Amino acid sequence: MTTAAITPQQSGRPGRAGHSERPEQSGFADLPRLMSLMTGAEKHTAAATSTLDALWVLYDRVLRVSPETLRDQDRDRFLLSKGHGPMAYYSVLAAKGFLSPHLLPSFGSYHSPLGHHPDRLLVPGAEIGSGSLGHGLPLAVGSALGLRAQGLTDPAVWVLIGDAEFDEGSNHEAVAFAGAAGLDRLHVVAIDNSSATHGWRGGIAARFETEGWSTATVDGRDHEALYAAYTAPHPGRPHAVVARVEPKNS
Amino acid sequence: MDTMRDRFIATTADLLDHDPRLAVVLADISAAGFAPAAERHPDRVINVGIREQLLIGAAGGLALTGMRPIAHTFASFLVERPFEQVKLDLGHQGVGAVLVSASGSYDWPAGGRTHMAPGDVALLDTLPGWTVHVPGHPDEAEALLRHAAADGDGKVYLRLSGHQNAEALPVAPGRFLTVRQGTGGVVLAVGPMLDAVLAATEGLDVTVLYAATVRPFDAAGLRAALGGRADVVLVEPYLAGTSNNEAHDALADLPHRVLGLGVPREEHRHYGTVAEHLAAYGLDAPGLRERIAGYLG
Repeated sequence: MTTAAITPQQSGRPGRAGHSERPEQSGFADLPRLMSLMTGAEKHTAAATSTLDALWVLYDRVLRVSPETLRDQDRDRFLLSKGHGPMAYYSVLAAKGFLSPHLLPSFGSYHSPLGHHPDRLLVPGAEIGSGSLGHGLPLAVGSALGLRAQGLTDPAVWVLIGDAEFDEGSNHEAVAFAGAAGLDRLHVVAIDNSSATHGWRGGIAARFETEGWSTATVDGRDHEALYAAYTAPHPGRPHAVVARVEPKNS
Repeated sequence: MDTMRDRFIATTADLLDHDPRLAVVLADISAAGFAPAAERHPDRVINVGIREQLLIGAAGGLALTGMRPIAHTFASFLVERPFEQVKLDLGHQGVGAVLVSASGSYDWPAGGRTHMAPGDVALLDTLPGWTVHVPGHPDEAEALLRHAAADGDGKVYLRLSGHQNAEALPVAPGRFLTVRQGTGGVVLAVGPMLDAVLAATEGLDVTVLYAATVRPFDAAGLRAALGGRADVVLVEPYLAGTSNNEAHDALADLPHRVLGLGVPREEHRHYGTVAEHLAAYGLDAPGLRERIAGYLG
């Protein structure tokens, strides 16, 4: 797999401490500009922005985590499993104050904390390092188990995967176990841009439903629909939201 | 006598009662033995079923929330099958775990190649920061397990085997023990290899060292044991030569020789018993004596 065609700008050598200067928070309308700092283009392909709306609604209206609470044990956790094409993710993190927008132009350069796949030890706000596909959902299962074992029943664990990433068998180990274990603080956002080579006959949501998950399939560009799906009650069961967007190669 | 695996289950159950940070992740193997502990600690004894990618991924996730996970199954399915999870879900995330394997290289010869993992330690050698314990007795396994469980967020591999020595030694993590002193070279016996090495070197003027921890490799201990002769034989219960580079590095500034004995790389398509396999690999006392005496004689 490759990321969308982008041309990272080579720039200076910013420090890795993203919090050294407190960035101001931005809104959804600022995201294309923030992305352009990495891509060098004002307009982005659908593939480059497939996660943008889903990420924005999560960080803007659902996740209970901020730069100030990033170390709190009872924070919500968001794990970006689909680490390819992280420009939308970095832009949202920048818009929400986790990292300075001044870091964005360094994307992919030697001293940058912002790689073409995120590294949790370098990116302020990133809960996991990802890139190799199929690791986030099992890590999210373990995170949900760990919070439960510590009596922390409030924090939610969210993980974003892609429909092609879902090919990896490790996801299916996690989906079946999480359903059987009733991990009701576990949430998946599956971005479906029809990029899986062999598709998912019957839809992605069916794979989760069969294993006892609560599911919703919505328009991945419709913020109200995303919000409603994200906040739907799902007592006793993990919850999967399939966010359908334009086909990758359309 | 109990086995190392029995002791692992009993000791871990006790540790779970006293350390709320610990959690055990299983993939069906040994689940029956952990049933009483699971009843007491349903949220900290987790059996994911026969799903070894998830076994390691879930351990990584537990560690991300601050827990100390202990993940366990046969070596083939703990290190080899989910190796990328070991690399990424633990090391790359900057978190640790205790991985406890059973069956090792040759514990179930009738089970054949699918249940043999002689390459596990060599695989872990491709990753940074792993401590590798290879106990030779249930008492040693217990001591090393207790140390590993309390070892902060370290990445620790504890390799258990049904093959064991008659007596335990007072092992300390990271240090080789001197079992016998001589002047004609050093034989380093790892874990369950000690009894056969002692029998094989009976009457030979060699130093015998014992290692229940091979990573980090006690380079200073090896150098201190050399006397005037930097000839070393390593006897390991996994892939032959796995620690050769460590020994060469320890002796890099000296003219020296290293012979690495262990389980051969070639597939051995026979079933039978552990004793038959050790003899076939040249790791029983007669086979070792011939090769050690030939090299150091």
